[in-house]
Amino acid sequence: MAKYKGINQLSGLDRVVVGLMVVVPTLLVVWLVWAPAIGSVLLSFTNWDGVGPISDAKFIGIQNYRDVVSIYPPFWPAVQHNLIWLAVMFLVATPFGMFLAVLLDRELRGTRVYQTAIYLPVVLSLALVGFIWQLIYSRDQGLINQVTGSTIDWYGDPRYNLWAALVASSWRHVGYVMLLYLAGLKGVDPSLREAAKVDGANERTTFFKVVFPVMAPINIIVLVITVIESLRAFDLAWVINKGRNGLELLGTLVTSNVVGEASRIGFGSAIATIMLVLSSFFVALYIRYIMREQQ
Amino acid sequence: MPRPATQDEYLASLVPDSVKGVSRRTLLRGALGAGALLATPSLLAACGGGSSSSGSSATGTVTLGSNQSDAVPKAAVQSMVNAFQKANSGLTVKINTIDHNSFQENINNYLQGSPDDVFSWFAGYRMRFFAKRDLAGDISDAWKGMSGMTDAFKKASTGDDGKQYFMPATYYPWAMFYRKSVFQKHGYEVPKTLDDLRTLGAQMKKDGLVPIAFGDKDGWPAMGTFDQLNLRVNGYDFHVSLMAGREPWNSDKVKKVFDTWAGLLDLHQPDALGRTWQEAAQTLQQGKAGTYLLGSFVAQQFKQGAEQDDLDFFGFPEVDSTIGADAVEAPIDGYMMSKRPKNEAGALKMLSYIGSPEAQNVLVKADPSVVASNGKADTSGYTALQKKSAEFVASAKSIAQFMDRDTRPDFASTVMIPAIQQFLKNPKDIDGLVNSIEKQKQSIFAS
Repeated sequence: MAKYKGINQLSGLDRVVVGLMVVVPTLLVVWLVWAPAIGSVLLSFTNWDGVGPISDAKFIGIQNYRDVVSIYPPFWPAVQHNLIWLAVMFLVATPFGMFLAVLLDRELRGTRVYQTAIYLPVVLSLALVGFIWQLIYSRDQGLINQVTGSTIDWYGDPRYNLWAALVASSWRHVGYVMLLYLAGLKGVDPSLREAAKVDGANERTTFFKVVFPVMAPINIIVLVITVIESLRAFDLAWVINKGRNGLELLGTLVTSNVVGEASRIGFGSAIATIMLVLSSFFVALYIRYIMREQQ
Repeated sequence: MPRPATQDEYLASLVPDSVKGVSRRTLLRGALGAGALLATPSLLAACGGGSSSSGSSATGTVTLGSNQSDAVPKAAVQSMVNAFQKANSGLTVKINTIDHNSFQENINNYLQGSPDDVFSWFAGYRMRFFAKRDLAGDISDAWKGMSGMTDAFKKASTGDDGKQYFMPATYYPWAMFYRKSVFQKHGYEVPKTLDDLRTLGAQMKKDGLVPIAFGDKDGWPAMGTFDQLNLRVNGYDFHVSLMAGREPWNSDKVKKVFDTWAGLLDLHQPDALGRTWQEAAQTLQQGKAGTYLLGSFVAQQFKQGAEQDDLDFFGFPEVDSTIGADAVEAPIDGYMMSKRPKNEAGALKMLSYIGSPEAQNVLVKADPSVVASNGKADTSGYTALQKKSAEFVASAKSIAQFMDRDTRPDFASTVMIPAIQQFLKNPKDIDGLVNSIEKQKQSIFAS
């Protein structure tokens, strides 16, 4: 019989199980996430048109990237719109969602009803959200123009349609953040609030000095979700006008180049790679923060 | 599923149905169907073997992929297929209708996957492209003994290698549509030249009408306006060269097209970028707009009967008297055969039927917004609009397709749609616009 090596010793079967638990998910991740991602990066250096074997594709170096940034007019507006999207989600929608969560946490009467009402849009797909708001924004039959008598073309006019889309998107995002944050607030130890109260702190101070710091893990999750959702924003703009005419986003540019009849796979992959790099920047910030927390 | 009694039974249940009882032939076919990646010439020869004779022996099922998803054309295809099945008792046709836009957007994957034996498509650059890239089947056999098709249609159906890959069914002209009652009420006359059009437009504005209805939310309708102006300003040959990438987009000729258009924009319905062509057609239908430059499918927004009878059109007026106005745009819709049809004899039979007057009589009767491509088709049942469309195209000296059918689709959709929308937003900066188009064109056409 083997010598007892302490409570941490693993039996042979344990080792196999642990091994499988590591290897199988790793293979899945490599196969389903890394391989397509790296494939996409590689394709971005070719001129593949999606027809015929991939071996026909010609390696053309960084020409796709040069073209994207220099002669493709929708690119820079798309970057700008993505950043505006991020800023609005981060500065308006997310704080507002948090605010609603704090309000609802105070056991108002009918809090369940409010929760459901605010959370409802999250259940709807963004495509459906786009359609619902179409009824409100439509130039000739929409609610806003019927009530105010204006003739603004909310979805068609490039001066307004980004903001109109942001309102629709925020409507959904607020509910999402509210739910996440509410769940976090419920988990805060009540004795902390009581202690703060005993020390004579008012509501405001209690929230910002005690509750908010305790909620750090949730804050990070909310932050990451906000960033990721903003950068990959796509569905809503696609439903409204295929991401053209004032609603260009990186996600819609990738789709219109790769998926449609155009099949500029190499070119679209280059935009996708730029999007990947941009997202990685934020993800790297997040990971760095997590690492620092752990030390 | 009941609990398996033995381990063998359990293992057998894990095998999906598609793999059970696999023979070499089905495996082969499956591999071919799954992707052209595996296809080598020897395999192709082995698979398509010996069924190329298009005699009367064709039996079995033919699959037909149709992009005619709107109610009216869909019913037209159905009645044509019914007539075909009646005439050929051994053959059944299975129609697979796919949403029009999705079909067009997924055409690459569709053709490289497992396409239907016969599928709907358009004449033009894209048809020749599929033929060149070995994604479409040679249907020269179906053209043998075809009568009633003019050489122009045969030419439009021929690939770069001189073989036929396309069978025209119907076509429709692009023109300026108007309501006869509105023109009568105000005493308007059909404009012959651009100046006439401007004068007419000014009068319409005074009468409280939108001179030219316009909607470009989907991006492609405005291509029609560009094409018409280009055909009038520079002529048909230039259109063909420009679309083929042989002419620079930043030349004075193209600038003149945009300049002319800019001069007409105040006659166009404003806020076009948020409006679909259907909505724009409604303004014409409601008598709020005087004219509308579109394909004759605009009639689909008009009720059949009195309302469609009130619809009339005229060719886009002459801009330059040295160029004239004898070039028209009339996209041809038709059918092609996939590279490896499961029932080649049946598919060829179906295609030669589609080109026949009998089939086209059924099609144009069910959808009066199009006209038959076969000259022997019965025109006695045509509506006034159809008669006029047929004459209009027959009298034209040259027939263009449409920007997104005459040029590379990647160029049309990723460069021209945003570029024309940009022009509509800011018609002032034509130099910057055409330079940007030219730079992108060089990059795309070089690859």
